[in-house]
Amino acid sequence: MDGGLLFFFQLLVSGVAVGCLYALVALGFVLILKATDILNFAQGEVIMISAFICYFLVTTLHLPFLVAVLITCAAAGLMGILTERLVLRPMLGEPVFAVVMVTIGLSIFLRSMTGILFGHNNLVFPSPFPKETVKMGGIILSQTQIWIMISTLALIIAFFLFFKYSRMGLAMRGTADDQNVAQLMGISVKRVFAMIWAVSFVSAAVAGIFLANVMVINLGLSFVAVSAFPAIILGGLESIPGAIIGGLAIGIIENLAGGYLDQIIGGGVKDVTPFVVLFLILMVRPYGLFGKKEIERV
Amino acid sequence: MLKVNNIEVVYNDVILVLKGISLEVPEGGVVALLGANGAGKTTTLKAISGILDSENGDLEDGEIEFMDEPIHRMDPDRIVRLGITMVPEGRRVFEDLNVVENIMIGGHVRRDRAQVRKDLDMIFDYFPVLADRKGQLAIFLSGGEQQMLVIGRALISKPRLMMLDEPSLGLAPLLVREIFGMLKRINSEQNTGILLVEQNARIALNFARYGYIMENGKIMLDGPRELLMENEDVKEFYLGVTDEDKKKSYANVKHYKRRKRWLS
Ligand SMILES: Nc1ncnc2c1ncn2[C@@H]1O[C@H](COP(=O)(O)OP(=O)(O)OP(=O)(O)O)[C@@H](O)[C@H]1O
Ligand SMILES: [Mg+2]
Repeated sequence: MDGGLLFFFQLLVSGVAVGCLYALVALGFVLILKATDILNFAQGEVIMISAFICYFLVTTLHLPFLVAVLITCAAAGLMGILTERLVLRPMLGEPVFAVVMVTIGLSIFLRSMTGILFGHNNLVFPSPFPKETVKMGGIILSQTQIWIMISTLALIIAFFLFFKYSRMGLAMRGTADDQNVAQLMGISVKRVFAMIWAVSFVSAAVAGIFLANVMVINLGLSFVAVSAFPAIILGGLESIPGAIIGGLAIGIIENLAGGYLDQIIGGGVKDVTPFVVLFLILMVRPYGLFGKKEIERV
Repeated sequence: MLKVNNIEVVYNDVILVLKGISLEVPEGGVVALLGANGAGKTTTLKAISGILDSENGDLEDGEIEFMDEPIHRMDPDRIVRLGITMVPEGRRVFEDLNVVENIMIGGHVRRDRAQVRKDLDMIFDYFPVLADRKGQLAIFLSGGEQQMLVIGRALISKPRLMMLDEPSLGLAPLLVREIFGMLKRINSEQNTGILLVEQNARIALNFARYGYIMENGKIMLDGPRELLMENEDVKEFYLGVTDEDKKKSYANVKHYKRRKRWLS
């Protein structure tokens, strides 16, 4: 392969790795949005807290990484169930806008709690992945990147199987489709919502754990949720495949733009690209790639 | 089997919609609930299913019993588990799910998962058209197919009582006949009780053995179908039969009086 092409593929593949993280974050948002119409502004805090929890389990309690991951996911799931019970359920029947405001409140609460519990310093996660890079067909990848891709793929397959074949998964899809009829089928909508929050938080936790491996851990980690917004919009807000493809696309575009344009402009392109994309989508196709085109008749 | 005793339902704390409704469905019985638009038929079914909450409705008074157990304070999922399944009006399929998934979700309350898979074939046996559309998204089915789908979806929960809200609405007569033929078969083969809400009294009274006629949140009249079909008021207002040859002036007076009674 010639150098130019190799450079392109290098950017592409590492873009996929970044995109996987965006996809996981976007997935967390979209699950809740699709089922309950709520945009959860505390999603970023869940990502951040999961990173802190995993860090705490590995460094202070000296647990093996895999055990720490499992406990972190379980904790995030529990947090999702509790959030639904204690924060969302009392808001049942209130306007969506009010509920969204409550999630903003929740995000502030979680952020302060994390500050109190874990402090405000930058922490560096002791990465469990070997430092040596892997070379595949000329493309160089870190082991972290490889594991990000493998884990995301595994998680997406697991989600797919769950939603397609399990009784609970089917009940969740039915509830997202038509809550009232789901109730008439004997589905406990309350339980389904609690499960949705749990699954969404687990997805956020996995993203958080991997982010901890590639960034420093501090309260600022929650801002990746904002960077995932373009992915969600691109995917069409309420589409699960959309969130995944949107995430991957943003990751790839961002990496390519950074790789080619940084040399010309002099840095920082990566950080703005997603929002330039967001701007373009909103202009050209505001309902995203997989969203439903809703016609409002006045 | 089902006993509704003098229930009153209020929407938004102010609008009294049901003003003391009582009705009964015996085990395996077929009962029709008739009435014009806005009479409160759907509200009655919602009260039985326990889903008034989500619409800001409230059961203010009265009791509902099923198999001698009070159910009017129960969550809707428990009521389904006890054996009451409702087919809501307007063919509410799960649009994003395919035909098989739509039916399977109806079996959500059943513990015997393997048997549910087998019962899928029973549904396809009742409604063979659905078998040809297995993998298709429900949104792409025709109106008649969607109506069959929602009946099949209710049937797989193995209800002791199936409540249907205007299943004939907007369907061609031939299709309506086919669907009611199937309901008759289901009733006799599965011994499923049926509570049928209809505006089309002709269809309903041909099908049910007993009927209640509702107006303005009250039961105005009830009786076995033969009696109802003979009743002059029912004939005139619900079956659309008028005896043109009768003395016109007298008929008009009677008409007026009767109307007054129906609407008061
Ligand atoms: N969610 C609600 N909030 C307020 N009022 C309601 C609500 N649902 C129904 N109503 C009112 O209650 C009355 C009875 O409605 P219901 O839907 O039970 O009538 P229906 O007999 O099923 O009529 P139709 O034949 O048109 O379906 C109507 O006057 C209606 O406006
Ligand atoms: Mg109605």
